[in-house]
Parts: sequence; structure tokens; C-alpha cells
Amino acid sequence: MNRFPIWKYVVLVMALVLGVLYTAPNFFGEAPAVQVSALRSTVKVDAPLMQRLERTLNEAGLQIQGSVLQGNSAVLRLTNADDQLRAREALEKNLNPNPQAPAFVVALNLVSRTPQWMQDLLAKPMYLGLDLRGGVHFLLQVDMAAALQKKLDTTAADLRVALRSERLRHQGIAREGATVTLQLRPDTPSDAVQRLLAQQAPDLQWVEQTAPEGGQWRGQLRAEVVRQVQEQALKQNITTLHNRINELGVAEPVIQQQGIDRIVVQLPGVQDTAKAKDILGRTATLEVRMVDESAEGRAAEQGQAPVPFGSARFFDRNGQAVIVKRDVVLTGDNLNDAQPGFDSQTQEPAVHLNLNAQGARIFKDVTRENVGKRMAILLFEKGQGEVVTAPVIRSEIGGGRVQISGRMTTTEANDVALLLRSGSLAAPMEIVEERTVGPSLGAENIARGFDSVTWGFVVVVAFICLYYAVFGVISSLALAFNLALLVAVLSMLQATLTLPGMAAMALTLGMAIDANVLINERVREELRGGATPQAAIHAGYERAWGTILDSNVTTLIAGVALFLFGSGPVRGFAVVHVVGILTSMFSAVLFSRGLVNLWYGRQRKLSKVSIGTVWQPK
Amino acid sequence: MEFFRIRQDIAFMRYARALNVVSLLTFVAAVVFLVTRGLNLSVEFTGGTVMELSYEQTAPLVEVRQTLNTLGYTDVPVQNFGSSRDVLLRLPAAGNQTSAQQSEQVLAALRAQGEQVTLRRTEYVGPQVGEELATNGLIALALVIVGIMLYLSMRFEWKYAVSAIVANLHDVVIILGFFAFFQWEFSLAVLAAVLAVLGYSVNESVVIFDRVRECFRRYRKLETRAIINKAITSTISRTIITHGSTQIMVLSMLLFGGATLHYFALALTIGILFGIYSSVFVAAAIAMWLGIKREDLIKPDKDIDRNDPNAGAVV
Repeated sequence: MNRFPIWKYVVLVMALVLGVLYTAPNFFGEAPAVQVSALRSTVKVDAPLMQRLERTLNEAGLQIQGSVLQGNSAVLRLTNADDQLRAREALEKNLNPNPQAPAFVVALNLVSRTPQWMQDLLAKPMYLGLDLRGGVHFLLQVDMAAALQKKLDTTAADLRVALRSERLRHQGIAREGATVTLQLRPDTPSDAVQRLLAQQAPDLQWVEQTAPEGGQWRGQLRAEVVRQVQEQALKQNITTLHNRINELGVAEPVIQQQGIDRIVVQLPGVQDTAKAKDILGRTATLEVRMVDESAEGRAAEQGQAPVPFGSARFFDRNGQAVIVKRDVVLTGDNLNDAQPGFDSQTQEPAVHLNLNAQGARIFKDVTRENVGKRMAILLFEKGQGEVVTAPVIRSEIGGGRVQISGRMTTTEANDVALLLRSGSLAAPMEIVEERTVGPSLGAENIARGFDSVTWGFVVVVAFICLYYAVFGVISSLALAFNLALLVAVLSMLQATLTLPGMAAMALTLGMAIDANVLINERVREELRGGATPQAAIHAGYERAWGTILDSNVTTLIAGVALFLFGSGPVRGFAVVHVVGILTSMFSAVLFSRGLVNLWYGRQRKLSKVSIGTVWQPK
Repeated sequence: MEFFRIRQDIAFMRYARALNVVSLLTFVAAVVFLVTRGLNLSVEFTGGTVMELSYEQTAPLVEVRQTLNTLGYTDVPVQNFGSSRDVLLRLPAAGNQTSAQQSEQVLAALRAQGEQVTLRRTEYVGPQVGEELATNGLIALALVIVGIMLYLSMRFEWKYAVSAIVANLHDVVIILGFFAFFQWEFSLAVLAAVLAVLGYSVNESVVIFDRVRECFRRYRKLETRAIINKAITSTISRTIITHGSTQIMVLSMLLFGGATLHYFALALTIGILFGIYSSVFVAAAIAMWLGIKREDLIKPDKDIDRNDPNAGAVV
């Protein structure tokens, strides 16, 4: 009657082992480390570099506890925080001789001390939320309306120029809200206009409204174009942010899209929030200048002569020098779009640029006058310029569509297009939510959460054991098993643990005891009623199961609703709550029953069970 | 050890009418407080900037307020937070400055006063995000209510669903009433606690209803009122022990959780205490008055009429 088949015990033992295995990483703590990553995509972080790093640190007299290559960065573990700071200094001096043009980022990081074999099994500690770790959290809202308006404005301006060149007279073209309105004169040929609109502004849906005083054409962005603009704007902004944040040297930043127009940025461990905010708000600017191809310029490029007056030296992505004139031909304001693609004739990877009307005109003039000469496209950040590409002008290019090709792989074409686009943010961003937690508060919060859970657990266990004797001990073991499983599942899911999450753990334990109390009280009642001990145990578990199911499902509904509609710390709470309910059902019913069966099940002639006082009214 | 040496069923329902009148009065009082005083909503719902500062010694609140006044912030809540050295400021959203500029300015002004002050935490919420959080909170609440009602109607019957929800909303409103009366800070975490309490409270009522169903089945001769009394009496031990255990965990949170979890734990405590009361007296009583009968839960006509001599005979 109270026997479990062997397979159930196997399941329980496996669950116990997994529980302990996946909970353990959380207790190993973290070791201070330095993380070296490359600032340029062309520089690889690999074994030779690692050897160089290790040598540098050894020369500085620092002991390395361990080193590993992770993705595109090298992580070296050190003994303590002081060593960490010294290591960073030593590496910075070695790797970045010119602080104005750093090639590598050396960041301080904390890596978990979990043994490698555990990490290979995917047993990692839980991801700590910002309120437990300290750091900065931003929620940025992308002004999509502005991005769309910008597109409409440029379209209207371009159309104005196109209409003039086709000598189609009109009474005005302007953007009103989300519509571009073109007012024609009574004598303007409508079909010519239609053809022009289809050719020059295919992204808009045009509707004609005829009237005796001159027809009107109204254009609105097509739905798919709107979506495309929004997606691209968001992606572009995210990439720009990525590049920015790499410079901060933050390990494990989180930059994610949230909804259709928001970006979440989380920078754990960052102390200097003012700097973080400043960097996030910056933009890069794009400039096009002519390359100085005079004799002095070429000599300076080889490094044999100083830079001539009226020019400046910049470096391209491979480290080669390019001497450009100081006059700026075009800026990023003139660039509408840059897309990767393929050369129409040679099928090589290329970058297609789309300039606005003014830019197209300037470009046409420049290319007509400078065939055979090189033109440099520069990206400026923080006052530092870098040459993205410096192609040779082969012919006059009009129409504002420019193609840059030659000696590029598809990845490079993608990168260049992205870099050019990130010259100006696609749409302005605004910080709508910000949370900063200092590191000391983070550590305090962990201690607090831990204390709450531990002390509560101890007192509850003491009480339950006193009240229910052996059944109480079994209930306590089930509770401990529940806690272990809960932490293990959360670690496996790599869920984010927040302070409300730890509170949810404490709460879940309190609720989990409910199932055990239900069972124990039921068994007592059966014994009171005169049932034999074996029958009492059996009946107790049977009858209690229905009630446990009902009550846990209702609490589960509340947890799921919180998860769906909560955000941030509340979501952390909800996740722990929901997982906790599931593990508590499993542990109360299966685990405690298993233990009871193990202890009492085999005794055929069970005369009494140790469940505390079974009081009988006289 | 047995705390509950109960000789016979306690007639809980006898006190139902009187206690429900008390319930109604406290409910009305809570609503009045909510309407007149309103909840002290945290920055997460209203938008604005919160700064938590830590001083080396006791924080000079008066000087802090003066400094803020000179900066142009009149009527900014400045209070101790946790210990006498920690200060919590709440700045309203300023139109022409970003929150970064606001907090830098305030910090610089306070540092100029001469005392060593460190910034432990800032939080800025834009007004529209705040509105969204509030809306989402209400939607979550509505979802929980609907979900629970559906589930209970399925497992029991609509009368039980209605009485459980009414009793437990009564709990929620009482908690909100407490927060409105004492003007405790109502943050997202407190909202989470309230929703958790709702689930937990219903849990309570479900246990009692489950017993009611079992008693209906077992004790055919007893009428509804006696059944309910029996059900509550049998489960009272479990109710009090469980609530006691949960309260121990929450007490541990109150003592060790620090200021952040303080109101969260407070909301849970009130919820747990009133949960017992509402499930025992309010839920069961309303179910009784809605007219629950044996037949609601137990399908009739499957039983053989014991007085029929021909019943059960197989020829």
C-alpha cells in the first residue's frame, strides 16, 4: 500500500543529484579577473595574444590563477582586487601604447569560481540582477515618429529638386503630419507627375485628388516601409550603442530590444554612471574629404615627411595612414542611407550609398572635377577620425547613388555600411527609465535576502519537527529538497535573481509548508478516526492531493499574471514564485511520500507512526 | 504536541452575520481612506527621480531640505530610509533637465555642504513608463481575478467562485486601505505582494471548500450550516499552522530584509492575517448565503435509494 516502485525512487534520486549539482555553482563565489577584448573587428584575440598577456603579467610579478579564451576576448583570473587593478595597468601600458588610439579594451570583471567540469555541464550560477550586483540600467525610447518624419522630409526635399529638374511646375510640396502633399497647378501634366512620383518616391503610396484649381497628390509611407524604417532605426541604434558600450569596458552588458520602440541597456558593475550616460548620448559624425595626392601628401603617407599644411593625417582600419585635405566635401547629413550589396558589373561585395538631393549635387560636381583621384570617407568619434574607406573616383557620379567597391569581403561591406549609417543615429533616443545601484548596496541586498531565507527556514523547520516528530523531519527534508530544486531550476534557466526574487523564495517556502501540513493533519485525523497507521498514511496522501492541486493552481494563476504583466524586479519575483510552486508540488507529494514509504512502508505490522500527538477526545 | 484540542465542531457560522457586518464596515472604511487620502504611489508609478544617499554620520535632514529649497525644489519628500544615516529623496520630473543633470546638481549641492555623502542608488522613471506600469498592474489584477473565478467555477461551482473572489478582494482592499491610511509607500514590489496575497488567500478558501465538498459527501444527514461548521473546524488546525509558518518567513523578511523589502513584507503580513479571517468567516458565509447545497457538488441519482427493497437486485 505504501510502497513506491523502484523507478520512482530512481527519479527522486536523480532529481536530488541534479538539484545539488545545479545549486552548487551559486556558492562558489567570484574571482577578480581582467578581460581583454579587441576594439577593432580586424584584430583577433587568440593564443599568441594570450601568451603575450601572460608574459606581461608575469613580468609585472602578478600571479595568474587561470586564463581562458571566451568568444573574442581573453579572461585572466587573478588572486585579489589589488592584483586586478595592477594587472589592468600593466596590460594597458603594454597593449595600448598610444592612449589616444587604443587597440584593446582591458576591463575589470568578476568571473565565477565554478570548476570547469561543472561549467561544461552548463551548471552556472544564477544571473544576478542589478539590485544585487550594482550597476546601471537604462530604458531608452527611440522616437520613431521623428525617424519617419525625417524620411518624409528628405523625400519631400528630393521631390522638389526632381520636379524642378523635370520642369514640372507646382504650387508647393510640403509635409503635413505623416503625409506629403504636392499641390499642382491646373496646367501641370498629371501623368508626368505620376511617373516622376513612382520613380523618385516609390516608398510612398500616392493618391491623386483632382480639382479644377489644380490637382493634389498625397503620399503616405507604405506600411511595410514604416515597419522597415522602424526596425532598421532600432537595429541601427542598438549597434551604435554596442560600439559605444564596448568602449566603457563593461563585461556582460545587456543591450536588448524591448517592444517595438524601446531599448534596454544594463551595465553591471559600472560605477561611473555619469560617464556611462555621456557615452550613450554621443553620436559619431561622417565626413567626406578629398585625399591629398600631392607629392608632399604622398611622402607624408609613407611616413617620410611631415603632414603638409592644409591637410591632416588619419588612419584607416588596417592601420595605414591616409592624408586628407581639411576641406569637408560632404557630411553625414547628406547621407540618406548606406546598404551592403554587390557591384552591378563585377559582382564583388560593395556598399551602396544614397545621398540626398543637395549631397547628390555636390557629389556630382566633385566627382566630375576629380576623376582618377581618391576620396576618403571618414568617421569621427570623440573628436578622433578614422578612415572607413578611400576609393578612387572612376567617373562622374550623379543621381546621388554611389557605389563603393573593391577589395572588400561581404562582412566588410556589411560593417562599412553599418558604420556609415551609424554616423548619425537613425532616430533620437531618450532615457525614459534609469536605475543605478551602487556596488555596496548590491552586496548588502544579497546578504539581506540570504539572511531572510535562511533564518525563516531554520525557525520553520524547528517548529515543524517539534510539532510533527518524524513526519515533521520528513516534511523539513522535503522543504530543503524544494529549496535546492528551486535554486537549481533557476540556475539552469539562467533566470535573473533580484531582491524581490529572494523574497519570493522565502514566501514560496512558507507556502510550500502548506502542502506538508495538509498531509500531516490529514494523517493525524485518520489516526484519530481509528484507521490503522498504514491506511492512515495512504488515506492522508490520497485525500490531500486534490486540495494541494487546487490551492497551488490558484496561486500559480496569480504568479503567471504577475509574470506576464510585470517588469524588472517584479518579473524576477514572478519567475521565482511560479517555479517555486511547481517544485513545491513535486517535493511535497513525491519526495515526502517517497521518504515516508521508505521509512514506514515496509513494516507490515505498523503499530504506530511518529506524528506527534494524536489527540483523541474522550 | 497538539495545539488544537477541539472537542466538537465550533459554530463559526453563528457569528457570521455579526462579523460580516464588521467586515463590511472595515471594507467601507478602507475604500473611504483610499478615496480621500489616496495611495502614496512610488516613483515607479508617478514618474520622477529617487535618490538614496548615505552619510557618514546622522543625516542632517534639515540642511538637506534647505539645500533643495535653494535649488528650487520646494516640498520634496526627504526622509530617513532604514537607518539614520541613509536619506531618500524624491524629486519630481523637471521638464527642462534630464534626470542625470538633476541628480548631479543635487549631489554637487549636497557635497558642497561639507559632509561626506555617497550616492547609493538613483532611480528615474519617465512619466509614461510609470503610467504603463500602473496600467499593467491593473491588468494583471483583472487577469488574476478572472483566471481564479474560471478555475473555481470549474472545480466547484459558480457560487463558490463568487464567494472566494469577494472574500479575497475584500482582503486586497483592506491592505490597500492600510497603505492609504498610514501613507506607506506603494511600489511595484508591494503590488506584487498584493497579487501574491490574492493567490494565497484563495488557496485558503479552496481548502475549506474542498472540505465542504467532502463533508457533503460523507455526512448525508447534516444540513449546510452544520456542514460548513464541520469543514472549518476540521481545517482550522492546518489553516493556523500554515499561516503561522508563512508568517515566520515574512517576519524573517521584516527583520532582515532591510528597508527595500519592508513594505512588501508588511503587505504580506496584513494579507496573511486577514486571509484567515476572510476565508473562514467571509467566504464561507457568503457561500452559505448564496445558497450552496449538497446537490451543487454531488451529482444526484447515481445513488440507490436505500429504502427501496428492489434496489441493487440483479435478476
